Amino acid sequence: MTSGRIVIVGAGQGGLQAAVCLRQEGYLGPITLIGSENHLPYQRPPLSKAYLKTGQADSLRLRPLSFFNDQNITLLLGNAVTNIDPATQQVAHCSGTLVYDHLILAMGTRNLRPDIPGLEHALDLRTLDDAERLRLAMIDAHSVAVIGGGFIGLEFAAVARGLGLQVTVAEAAPRLMARVVSPQMSEHFLKLHRAMGTTIMLNASVSQVNAKGIVACGSTVKADLVVLAAGVRPNTELAQQAGLAIDNGVRTNAHLLTSDPAISAIGDCAAFPDPATGRLVRLESVQATTDHARLIARRLTKGSSDKYTSVPWFWSDQAENKLQIAGFATPGDVAIMRADGAVFCFEGDYLSAVETVNDPRTHMQARQLLVGGARPTRDILDNQGYEISPIQR
Amino acid sequence: MIKVTYIQPDGREATVKARPGDSVMQTALNNNVPGIIAECGGSMACATCHVYVAEAWQTQAGARKDGEEDMLDCAMSEMRDTSRLSCQIKLTEALDGLRVYLPEEQG
Repeated sequence: MTSGRIVIVGAGQGGLQAAVCLRQEGYLGPITLIGSENHLPYQRPPLSKAYLKTGQADSLRLRPLSFFNDQNITLLLGNAVTNIDPATQQVAHCSGTLVYDHLILAMGTRNLRPDIPGLEHALDLRTLDDAERLRLAMIDAHSVAVIGGGFIGLEFAAVARGLGLQVTVAEAAPRLMARVVSPQMSEHFLKLHRAMGTTIMLNASVSQVNAKGIVACGSTVKADLVVLAAGVRPNTELAQQAGLAIDNGVRTNAHLLTSDPAISAIGDCAAFPDPATGRLVRLESVQATTDHARLIARRLTKGSSDKYTSVPWFWSDQAENKLQIAGFATPGDVAIMRADGAVFCFEGDYLSAVETVNDPRTHMQARQLLVGGARPTRDILDNQGYEISPIQR
Repeated sequence: MIKVTYIQPDGREATVKARPGDSVMQTALNNNVPGIIAECGGSMACATCHVYVAEAWQTQAGARKDGEEDMLDCAMSEMRDTSRLSCQIKLTEALDGLRVYLPEEQG
């Protein structure tokens, strides 16, 4: 397919990257990128970090408006897609319909809103508009309560603390970032945040939010501002209505094709087979969405039948600490901490992930070690004293 | 007006206009220069904006930042003396005319 109509639903980093990669691969047909927000496609990771300090929306922009004209990419912003009809290959949105030969779903996620009374008093941190509201609210605030001790909640907490606010984080799980890092790394960041003067409450389910703060574990935490960072859920409703297979995301095969061969899915909304284990995974990751975009662009433009094999990696900047994760571990994995603080996670006998803080070398080495779904064994790493370089490649 | 020239591995050149304060990475993205992936958007978490600075510009481009060398050392294409992460080179008038070579592979 070199000239069919491609429609991309979602103008976040994944959708934008798909359009960019298609043109870079030489795709000549019409491309339409449709997004519900009114902003040009922008980077989301800085919203919980640099943007809160600077308020510079320009520096988040992934491409200038002129780029879309130059590249002949039709950009429809402020247009929520309302229906996908695979039978007629049409997408309906608020101001019209689009016919596609291939559809790319890059619908991302939205904030999880737990059933907590008074949650309307809490601010979200998901979109540029959310971040702008929050940034302005922080100017007059002295104290802030954060619901959720995951990446976003802790990144925000570090910024707020850096700006001199009194910060309390209420995390329902027994440890921080429990879904994505080892217990050792949770502990490390618990100490870091406490040392910064942040109050961290663990096993602390929030039972109420009101204009004066939150109630967690029966005790009231006063706060001028409450931020909700309790995780996300994938936007799958449209795909489900269209009859596509769903499994914690829009289900795809190793080529990132959904159950409909005219529809691909990409990024945070896609559940795809993990190259290392074959298990279906859904990653909330800029890297994954970028790599997905490249694979899909090669398939659509050059007919490539490559399978997706990229090593997942993640990062989180919390104050001066850059946490980097190579690979993908699950909470039950065994974790071993090296003397210098790098953590090696194992699923059974096999390496699943390596976590580091301010250690880009080990991080990059770990990514090389896990290339193509490789899974070195614990014995090998143990024999090497968990030094990576001697067994690289 | 700041101009930057990006040279592809096959020798093709693209000279583009840059805004002061933008990085060499951002300028490449704004102008759809292929070969710069910039997965992490400039937060020094990946090594997919690797460039080789032309030798004549090495001094003006400045020294590598903390951690940059570690990232470059493990980048997909080999690290050389002239290697930089282009997200870490901020453009000023002093860099008008800068020439950078793109590596074979980024990530």
